Amino acid sequence: MTSREKRTSGERTTDVLSELVAHLRHNRTILREEWVRRITESRLLTTMTKEEIFAEATSVFDNYVEVLETGSVEALQAYARNLSERIIPRGVDTPEVLGIVLLLRDVLARSLFEKYQGDFALLNRVLDAYEPAANRIATTVAVGFVQERERVIRQQQEAIRELSTPVLQVRERLLILPIIGVVDSERARQLTEQLLRGVRSNRAKVVVMDITGVPSVDATVANHLVQTVEASRLLGATVIVTGLSPEIAQTLVTIGVDLTKMNTVGDLQGGIEEAELLLGYKVMRLTESAASEASN
Amino acid sequence: MLVPILKQGDYLIASIQSSLADADLIRLRDQLVEQVGRYRSRGVIVDVTVLDVMDSFAVRTLSTLAQMIMLRGAETVIVGVQPDVAFAMVQLGLTLDNVKTALDLEEGLLYLNSRAKRGRSGAG
Amino acid sequence: MPAERRIKIASDVDIVAARQSGREVAAILSFSSSDLTVIAAAISELARNIYAYAGTGEIVVSLEERNGRRGVRVVARDDGPGVADIALALEDGYSTSGSLGLGLPGVRRLMDEFEIQSEPGKGTVVTLWKWAR
Repeated sequence: MTSREKRTSGERTTDVLSELVAHLRHNRTILREEWVRRITESRLLTTMTKEEIFAEATSVFDNYVEVLETGSVEALQAYARNLSERIIPRGVDTPEVLGIVLLLRDVLARSLFEKYQGDFALLNRVLDAYEPAANRIATTVAVGFVQERERVIRQQQEAIRELSTPVLQVRERLLILPIIGVVDSERARQLTEQLLRGVRSNRAKVVVMDITGVPSVDATVANHLVQTVEASRLLGATVIVTGLSPEIAQTLVTIGVDLTKMNTVGDLQGGIEEAELLLGYKVMRLTESAASEASN
Repeated sequence: MLVPILKQGDYLIASIQSSLADADLIRLRDQLVEQVGRYRSRGVIVDVTVLDVMDSFAVRTLSTLAQMIMLRGAETVIVGVQPDVAFAMVQLGLTLDNVKTALDLEEGLLYLNSRAKRGRSGAG
Repeated sequence: MPAERRIKIASDVDIVAARQSGREVAAILSFSSSDLTVIAAAISELARNIYAYAGTGEIVVSLEERNGRRGVRVVARDDGPGVADIALALEDGYSTSGSLGLGLPGVRRLMDEFEIQSEPGKGTVVTLWKWAR
């Protein structure tokens, strides 16, 4: 008996939903215009033109009704991601996106209220069916937007990191990698990748990696630096590490990092001199060289 | 997949042409170790430019190859390890420690030539 | 996301096939070329473990989405002897058969997430995730 009642009420919810969907479809033009009016009135999406807002509003509206009808948010998720990709570069932020979705919820709710206000019991059932779906839609769009923003931020972080560690060629086959600032695992990974590409494209034989500007090194970072050195050797390049501060030297010895593979020289200048020696360069002052030629 | 082995002067050059299964790599190793004696070669270059992955087996086989070649009186140079491959190798702890590496075939040959020159001038 | 590849591991040739399939599936997402290599290397090691310790098994590579991030999931499954001491197997430098290292610590370093289930006599399941940046 009870299970039967439940089924009946379940069927009724479906009926109510499909009636609701039909109502929204029928009034699509009016509701859409009302929504856009409210968006403009609330000064949301000010960076977009009226035409753009109307076009997006149409898509959101149709997606919205589709979710109410099918109960599946997959298409809306994809659309929300796509929408976010387009509007994030234009400076649209989270409160705005949340704001417009909530406005649409309100516009539709009012329209339902207007239609069913004569039958209070029916209105209640309509709202019972509408509210959870509407909230789910608002959440889906907001979450999709925030996730897309996070993805953009991650990409920007990656780009900033890349800029923060330049690989410089100072002579043919000699690269310098000055590392400044805190090195975490992510940055270590990126600078290794950049260095390896640099070694390959510049056909470098020697790399001077200067860590004067690195404030501290723990076991993880030290192991990353050792890996960088090892990976460069696999490409046939020798790495000279310079600028190990007394503190870092002490840390490395204390934590017992295997430094036998590290070729270290006190400072950057010494490192470059050592590298030039390895490459067979001899640098001397012009006056000295004249003197040495005269004596020959 | 057969790896062609080219004899050039005192050196043997093996250019890997595509991904190799374990058995192919073992066969390459055995052929090189055999030929280095037959041709009285002084150096062996293995060009791995096309390999898009070098896993523990590949690294271990190249490492034993180099040791066996050394026992036969020649030196091995591995050339052409790609940046991405090197990056993955070191994270796996595969560093090919006791083997000489060079950027590419040209560099590998330069290295072997410089060794030969040094060897001759040292003897003379 | 539908892409999924299942590769039976029963010979050394299958190891090559497994890592190539893995690379192909991962290439659908926006992985860097170095990440693709890293994924292929990890699959190669796992396939190798299956071949060396269990003889046969399978590698399943699929795409996954979690918390808005997309990535690949690699499952390596076998009915082999299993790993008795998992903690030990995850220590650097550990290998049960001198010539063929288990390589699990390295595989773990390559990927973002790592899971292993194993019991002696009941086989091993290793699951790995790498997320696209």
